Amino acid sequence: MVIAIKDNINIKDEITTCGSKILGEFKSPYNATVVTKLKTEDALIIGKTNLDEFAMGSSNENSAFGPVKNPHNPEMVPGGSSGGSAVAVATGCADIALGSDTGGSVRQPASFTGTVGLKPSYGRLSRYGLVAFASSLDQIGIFGNFTQDTAFVLNAIAGHDVLDSTSADITVPDYINQKNSSVTGLKIGLPKQYFADGLDPEIKSRIVQITDRLKEKGAELVEIDLATAEYAIAIYYIIATAEASSNLSRFDGVHYGMRIDEGTGLTDMYEKTRSEGFGEEVQRRILLGTYVLSAGYYDAYYKKAQQVRRLLKNDFDTAFKKCDVILSPTTPTTAFKIGEKSDDPLSMYLQDIYTVSANLAGICGISIPAGMHSNRMPFGLQLQARAFNEQALFDLGTFIEKL
Amino acid sequence: MNYEVVIGLEVHAQLSTNSKIFCGCSTQFGAEPNSQVCPVCLGMPGVLPVLNKKVVEYAIKMGFATNSQINRINTFARKNYFYPDSPKAYQISQFDEPICEHGYLDINVDGTEKRIGITRIHMEEDAGKSVHDESYVSKNETLIDLNRCGTPLIEIVSEPDMRSPKEAAAYLTKIRQLVRYLGICDGNMDEGSLRCDANISLRPVGQKELGTKAELKNMNSIRNVERALEYEIKRQKYILEDGGTILQETLLWDPVKNVAKSMRGKEDSHDYRYFPDPDLVPVIIEQLWLDDIYQALPELPDAKSNRFVSQYKIPEYDAEVLTASKEVADYFEATVKNVANAKLASNWIMGEVMRLVNQQKVEIGKLSVTPTRLSDLLKSIEEKTISGSAAKTVFEKMVESDLSVAQIIEQEGLSQISDSSELDKLIDQVLAENPAQVERYKNGEMKLIGFFVGSVMKASKGKADPRQTNEILRKKLG
Repeated sequence: MVIAIKDNINIKDEITTCGSKILGEFKSPYNATVVTKLKTEDALIIGKTNLDEFAMGSSNENSAFGPVKNPHNPEMVPGGSSGGSAVAVATGCADIALGSDTGGSVRQPASFTGTVGLKPSYGRLSRYGLVAFASSLDQIGIFGNFTQDTAFVLNAIAGHDVLDSTSADITVPDYINQKNSSVTGLKIGLPKQYFADGLDPEIKSRIVQITDRLKEKGAELVEIDLATAEYAIAIYYIIATAEASSNLSRFDGVHYGMRIDEGTGLTDMYEKTRSEGFGEEVQRRILLGTYVLSAGYYDAYYKKAQQVRRLLKNDFDTAFKKCDVILSPTTPTTAFKIGEKSDDPLSMYLQDIYTVSANLAGICGISIPAGMHSNRMPFGLQLQARAFNEQALFDLGTFIEKL
Repeated sequence: MNYEVVIGLEVHAQLSTNSKIFCGCSTQFGAEPNSQVCPVCLGMPGVLPVLNKKVVEYAIKMGFATNSQINRINTFARKNYFYPDSPKAYQISQFDEPICEHGYLDINVDGTEKRIGITRIHMEEDAGKSVHDESYVSKNETLIDLNRCGTPLIEIVSEPDMRSPKEAAAYLTKIRQLVRYLGICDGNMDEGSLRCDANISLRPVGQKELGTKAELKNMNSIRNVERALEYEIKRQKYILEDGGTILQETLLWDPVKNVAKSMRGKEDSHDYRYFPDPDLVPVIIEQLWLDDIYQALPELPDAKSNRFVSQYKIPEYDAEVLTASKEVADYFEATVKNVANAKLASNWIMGEVMRLVNQQKVEIGKLSVTPTRLSDLLKSIEEKTISGSAAKTVFEKMVESDLSVAQIIEQEGLSQISDSSELDKLIDQVLAENPAQVERYKNGEMKLIGFFVGSVMKASKGKADPRQTNEILRKKLG
């Protein structure tokens, strides 16, 4: 199996850039756990893929090495931040690609490129060797052409890792043999907030069409209420930036990577290195994250966001008492033009409106191709299941692929 | 005006675990720079910390020893600051939920007991070392050694309960004694495995609210802590009496010049932006584990001292001196096992043995005069084979050679009067004092020889050689 790896996952003795200038010619002295596991399974790693700098972005325009283009239309973005990995699979360069998903960075580009993108539950697999953006949200994800491909790879890389305390020490089921090929009696939740304003009407009608077919096949459709979902983007950008501001502090020019030292002292070296080394979006998020953690603001922002995160998690717990899988669009629109949202970070952030909640709640999600828009761009639908119930995603995803 | 001194101490103890707090690297002191490092403690991109359970165990031990509450749910936080010897640019520490809280220690200063509150004890990682001053570092250059980076620490924060440098020294001595007893830290302040920062302020006697404090750093011995505090009291007093105000600042103690220099003011103080470390899951401490640790605690100094008083009937003072270090206490107990007179053993250990330890600068456990050898010596005193002053000579010889006590006594002729003229004199004296017995002996009552030998032995306080005495007596009595 030919596999591409997002360039924020370390391979021993290979350069890791994270799509940034700041890492310079940094070569990793060690393998990420997922890389070790793939190598044990004789996977053929063909190379590293471009990404938004430090996985921060939804268009793959924020890379120091230039943007990634969408193979369905090179004027369009492929989504991000794992744009390179999505395109590697969409174009057939690789059978499988690993990405990372902090707020939708695997599912959104999968939707934009017509591929399958899996974000496993938080803790399902080791983060060791994935360069951290937001540690409590980051998860390595998998791109493939079909749902079963991602199940196959998850089988190989999932499980507890002694090098990652946040990886869950629970048994991993065998995902390869589909457990359930029928949807009879399956309760599918449709969050009303995800079908409201802002959703492209064509995407909406196609998803409704699919859910109707599922109902015909015996599934039960349940409307669910994710009331706190409207705050998801807001709390995401507080928690993710707070953690990022700390995680990215180590890139200071002292120990490895780029250093701009004009001999004018330590503080000056820090400032010049980081101002030159980080791109605009990364600097914006570091500043935001530093602000929300600062004395006097911590309680109002970071602490409050963590409290709302807890409420959001409760909302999902309640929802999963009523349904087995939550079905929704992956993105509100199809891929947009390169440059279109570059000057409007807020509208860029709203790209992740349907996907960030899974990261905040720690549950699993997958985007599978749902159809082709009249604008000739693909779009996906998202399935979400409770933590560590990836099997439900694989079962229903495979079923929908065969409809 | 009379001022009251208010002192609180923050003590960092490097834990003597084999490996670091969040990775498997060795914590050995004095290795080649940057030889005990791995991607994790180097803060390479993508690495994650994994907590060393031994660190939690050691922190809990200190919690028990300081009568603290042990928090059952422990979280770690990141303390963010940029410094070259901190490769992640944050230190993993504990903030909201430290492992121990609300403890205390009793200290004794000039015979007065005093209780010092302990606010908290928390676990954290040590930073690396920046090297500027060594000869191999060129000007305008700083070298970084990250061997120490990730070495486990506990920070013990006291309440501002100390009222004099003497009390601070007593408290610090007690902390050092405890970490050594528990075997969780070697307590060496000169190597930096035990470090102390002091917060000190003055307030008019009777005033409730605290004065502005200064923080003193870089004191690498208990004596220096005392000196720095004495210096700082004088400095603050001088400013206050002059009508000035104390600035909140951090001062660095210069142990060579005996002055404290300002390092940074309040306005330069960091906003560390503490937040829970998302890479580490909360540590839940099970009751069973706590019980196991408690059961395995060694006897602590206060308990040991009390036991010495009741078990060995030695004065309280002796017990305190002997239990100051666990090694001395162990040495005492091993010695006294074979000796009836515990006070004799106590005197010898506090005197000759401690003098030898200081002279040779070795640990008491490594002395050539082992407890067994010392007890042999003390037994010969008890059995009056040798006198106390002769014993001191024997002791000196024991240091120099491996010979047994008996061999040395023999070799040095300390057990008996070997000088025949001295023995002659004694015998003549005994014969002169007992003319009737001499007469009876000469008339054939030969068994009286025993009486004469006994009398000579008695007169010589045991130092006469019975065989030689016998010979001379027979000769003289014809």
